[in-house]
Amino acid sequence: MSYSVPDVPGRPADAPREDTNPGTPLWEVFVRQKRGLSHVHAGSLHAEDVERALQNARDVYTRRVEGVSIWVVRSTEVHASDPEDAAAMFEPFADKPYRHPTFYDIPDEVGHM
Amino acid sequence: MTTTHEERFGAIIAADDKVEPRDWMPDGYRATLIRQIAQHAHSEVIGMQPEGNWISRAPTLKRKAILMAKIQDEAGHGLYLYSAAETLGVSREHLVSLLHDGRQKYSSIFNYPTLSWADIGTIGWLVDGAAIANQIMLQRTSYGPYARAMVRICKEESFHQRQGYEIMMTLAKGSEEQRAMAQDALNRWWWPSLMMFGPHDSASTHTETSMEWKIKRASNDELRQQFVDMTVPQADYLGLVVPDSEVSWNEERGHYDFGPIDWDEFWAVVSGDGPMNRERIAHKRTAWEDNQWVRDAAAEYAAKRGHRRGAA
Repeated sequence: MSYSVPDVPGRPADAPREDTNPGTPLWEVFVRQKRGLSHVHAGSLHAEDVERALQNARDVYTRRVEGVSIWVVRSTEVHASDPEDAAAMFEPFADKPYRHPTFYDIPDEVGHM
Repeated sequence: MTTTHEERFGAIIAADDKVEPRDWMPDGYRATLIRQIAQHAHSEVIGMQPEGNWISRAPTLKRKAILMAKIQDEAGHGLYLYSAAETLGVSREHLVSLLHDGRQKYSSIFNYPTLSWADIGTIGWLVDGAAIANQIMLQRTSYGPYARAMVRICKEESFHQRQGYEIMMTLAKGSEEQRAMAQDALNRWWWPSLMMFGPHDSASTHTETSMEWKIKRASNDELRQQFVDMTVPQADYLGLVVPDSEVSWNEERGHYDFGPIDWDEFWAVVSGDGPMNRERIAHKRTAWEDNQWVRDAAAEYAAKRGHRRGAA
């Protein structure tokens, strides 16, 4: 379809995520699906304050009892590792197989270990 | 490491991996996603209007409660999608202003009026059915936040389609007048539903690059065929007839054949001359303007409570 491509406000691809809406702060929403599980990121939303953010998160992300607990965190407070650094950050562990139990040969006679 | 940004991006796409917000991506990939996700979000939000038209006239309290829940889901879907679009570095308010100014579009299907209660059943059955075909494919799209929004949306769409089909079953088993109403709704919504998949592949300007980037995983014509194959037997079950004399099972292809689509109508509606285009946008803008006081009050309240940004 002949849709016009919108202007994308200039922003380097690897810049940390910012509040893109100066009027209403952006919040990241984390939902605990049930007791015993960790809170998991569900998405984001805009809200003026923490009470509104929690209320909106409940309406937007838990309409079908998807959770028993919600965290909201201001998006500006989330600090992330840089994907450009992924090799330096994570690859050193790939060549350390001795960190895994399967690295060690234990005879079957010993039984489960 | 001597690989370039382009090579690393290409490797992610080739490996069927997901691109995430902070990864480098080509400008065209970013712009295509912003346009597509925003227009998808706008469609969810504008889609509340034709259904909202029937809340006060739903035939029973049960149907009214279901319809309200469905419309609330559409609002939620719009928000998931704006949230995904924002990860690409564009603000929600900017996208909404593009919609209000007519610089971004929404699905043309919502430019048709809902004239009878049977239209609500037909929208759930056909329009949500077509949306599901598209969205199931998009669960595998290459951009992570978009794919995740689709997974969430697909879980909820199934309710939408089933409640619509159930309305149609009730009407189909009802009085002569109710059956006529159901058939009339099918007659009016069938072709616009087929148009929801967009132009033929040969005339679709974005399909090729979108498939290369794995933003789209199936073409317009493939999805349209899938929809027809799924829907014709469902119409048969209802005892209704799709308004296309050329629909027939093609044993050789293993698909239903169907007649030509009126692309003049499609392009007229896309370019703003559908039955409801002006009203839909006017209503949207009015709602935004009339609710300014709510946003102002929330901001004022937050300021007084000292929760304004920077103060947390």
